[in-house]
Amino acid sequence: MNLTLKVWRQKHKEDQGLMVTYEAKDINSHMSFLEMLDVVNEDLIKKGEEPIAFDHDCREGICGACSLMINGVPHGSEKGITACQLHMRHFKDGDVIYIEPWRARAFPVIKDLIVDRSAFDRIIQSGGFVSATTGGVPDANAIPIAKPDSDSAMDAAACIGCGACVAACPNASAMLFVGAKVSQLALLPQGKIEREQRVLNMVRTMDEENFGNCTNHFECEAACPKEISVQYIAQMNREYLRAAAKQ
Amino acid sequence: MTLDPKVPDGPLAEKWDKHRFQMKLINPANKRKYKIIIVGTGLAGASAGASLAELGYEVESFCYQDSPRRAHSIAAQGGINAAKNYPNDGDSIWRLFYDTVKGGDFRAREANVYRLAQVSNAIIDQCVAQGVPFAREYSGYLDNRSFGGAQVSRTFYARGQTGQQLLLGAYQAFSRQIGLGKVKMYPRTEMLDLVVVDGHAKGIVVRDMVTGQIRTHSADAVVLATGGYGNAFYLSTNAKGCNVTAAYRAYKKGAFFANPCYTQIHPTCIPVSGDYQSKLTLMSESLRNDGRIWVSKKKGDKRPPAQIPEEERDYYLERKYPSFGNLAPRDISSRSAKEVCDEGHGVGESGLGVYLDFADAIKRLGENAIREKYGNLFHMYEKITGENPYQMPMRIYPAVHYTMGGLWVDYNLMSNLPGLFVAGEANFSDHGANRLGASALMQGLADGYFVLPYTIGDYLSKVKPGSAKTDMPEFQDAKEEIVAKTKRLLGVKGKKTVDEFHRELGHVLWGYCGMARDEEGLKKALVRIPEIREEFWKNVCVLGSNEELNQSLEKAGRVADFLEFGELLCLDALERRESCGGHFRVEHQTEEGEAKRDDRKFCHVAAWEYKGPNASPERHKEELKYENVTLATRSYK
Repeated sequence: MNLTLKVWRQKHKEDQGLMVTYEAKDINSHMSFLEMLDVVNEDLIKKGEEPIAFDHDCREGICGACSLMINGVPHGSEKGITACQLHMRHFKDGDVIYIEPWRARAFPVIKDLIVDRSAFDRIIQSGGFVSATTGGVPDANAIPIAKPDSDSAMDAAACIGCGACVAACPNASAMLFVGAKVSQLALLPQGKIEREQRVLNMVRTMDEENFGNCTNHFECEAACPKEISVQYIAQMNREYLRAAAKQ
Repeated sequence: MTLDPKVPDGPLAEKWDKHRFQMKLINPANKRKYKIIIVGTGLAGASAGASLAELGYEVESFCYQDSPRRAHSIAAQGGINAAKNYPNDGDSIWRLFYDTVKGGDFRAREANVYRLAQVSNAIIDQCVAQGVPFAREYSGYLDNRSFGGAQVSRTFYARGQTGQQLLLGAYQAFSRQIGLGKVKMYPRTEMLDLVVVDGHAKGIVVRDMVTGQIRTHSADAVVLATGGYGNAFYLSTNAKGCNVTAAYRAYKKGAFFANPCYTQIHPTCIPVSGDYQSKLTLMSESLRNDGRIWVSKKKGDKRPPAQIPEEERDYYLERKYPSFGNLAPRDISSRSAKEVCDEGHGVGESGLGVYLDFADAIKRLGENAIREKYGNLFHMYEKITGENPYQMPMRIYPAVHYTMGGLWVDYNLMSNLPGLFVAGEANFSDHGANRLGASALMQGLADGYFVLPYTIGDYLSKVKPGSAKTDMPEFQDAKEEIVAKTKRLLGVKGKKTVDEFHRELGHVLWGYCGMARDEEGLKKALVRIPEIREEFWKNVCVLGSNEELNQSLEKAGRVADFLEFGELLCLDALERRESCGGHFRVEHQTEEGEAKRDDRKFCHVAAWEYKGPNASPERHKEELKYENVTLATRSYK
């Protein structure tokens, strides 16, 4: 199939950037979306034009590097996948595809489709952990954990930190990302001890990093490649209230 | 040149304890005077970084990804082994040790493997304490499953995302230290060279991948936790960015590279679908617990699987290896798949595939039970292939997955270059010629949490802190060399893209140095690879400049190193005139087509020393001494 791509090109952080049109020719329907971009890039290089820069690594939906806004939807409109897992069989000959980077104040564009998501790392650094230093911990089976709690913690822990939730949110809020980590650790006995300080620190950092607030659009849940539920935002809010009230 | 593995003497079970007592310590107040560079933030790098910073060392850490959380350990699906014996099915440290040595086809260092089994239990404890949500029973206790090469259930798992959850646990502990200011983290920064001063590793040269700035960092010790070299084959299950550059640069600076020919081809990956393919996707080996592997008994059978009656199916692993069946180790399962496909029984359009069928398990346990165990893997398969594995069998084929070879290290995980430590997949030490499933996560975390924190201290106690400075000529020379190399790459201005060269190299390696190797093919590869390399330096096209984010330039540097390294890989495969584990030499097989080791001539580690650009590398040997296990023919029948 042949496609027309409208791609965001931006040389560096300060550059204004613009949408540029490319033709993607003879695209096989078994290709992944990123393989389609590889083909376009190989053609560009052959023509002496700089290839389109985009973040990617594992190409199996788990590293969270890929971050493409495809036709206005983070990772494209297929549910529960990242852009690298999107296959061209979902497009048809003649389609026009718009490809943009994540748009959020907290995620400045570095080049083309690559953004800086280090704000997520700083949120984790401020409290997204259990302070268990190496060694000196009890046997793994010393504390049984009820399966529903453990399963719910795992549902939250599935987050890959890609930032689709922020990109999808009209307020560029990071509440689903933060809520997932706060909830995972608060659900487990090992994480309960630090639950109050954790939620206060993480929410404070989230605000300092210029993420917006949640106004219950739930676009984050719809865009999340791991389909993480907004119930974890509610859970974080409860954790926060509990901690703030105690202060 | 004798390679001293520095294995402590005494009985196997007491070596590590005794060694820990004999190692020198550093006073807690003095630890902060020492700086340690860690390259790579996967399981080994992140766990080492967190543990060393907790002890009080100053740590600088580097990764090429935009965040340390994205290192490729994250993609490991199936699980992590430990000798907890929670299921009461007869496991023990000794059994985990023995299974690992046997699985590695008796080509691993006994004492290292025993230590690995010894610390395995503490890893699970540590991860649980960090909040890793391992799978649990309704009782609230941890669940286990079985994996290839073992007859006990010793594998802990977190759905199909075990690597992700373990890495996030280590990343979170590591992030805590970054937040506390004990670790300085440099993401989007690639190590391009090692700096050696007076024979000791004292620093690295890096390129800031956003600004293009090339600069040097000094330290009292350097840890490489930079993963494996599977991407030499172009198509592999590795992430696109995985590369051999850090390890290969260290090799060129004098560190020995051990057993590069030990590459693991994983039996259960989604088959290649076309020339544009950029990577291969693994389907966890854990699927073999419930999936049955088969092909049609008829050659070239194009019927859909549902129309092939039971009696016309060949469950070849169950037939050939009745006691291990579908859980035969990876090397054996992969080779068996290649054999049935070579004989014309392969399935799918290309004929390069076999079925992995869950129909029996779904009938026995119900679809929901299967969904709970493997839901995300089935989902992943369906997304990639467009086929529903609940209704029809998966098609799978082997693909390059893991590399057992790596930089040579002694019992302390230190290379022959003092001060250079190598951890995780980047070193060669624990898996011999074949790694068992769920052992990579165990080794990465063992190295980082429980081995390096002790052994680095012992080394540092003997050196003066802060002796290396980046204004020393060794640093300046190394930096200038990298600046010149970068200019050279940008200056070729040829007609072929980096990927075209990489793909060409991959074809050669897969064809001649893949699942089956012979002298004739390897010799062809050794002619062909230098030709590709020569053309690369004359005709590669790298656009743009150094002073910007330039993905073509990053790739070009990595492929340039793969083009040299590929030759070493084939040379090692040529010189090892036996079959063992993942290294199968066609000339050396039993009448039944099984790998035939030659313990008399090859019960050793081959460690290669770089001798300069126009000289052949020198092959050194570390004899493997088995004092506790008897060398036996591996049998899974």
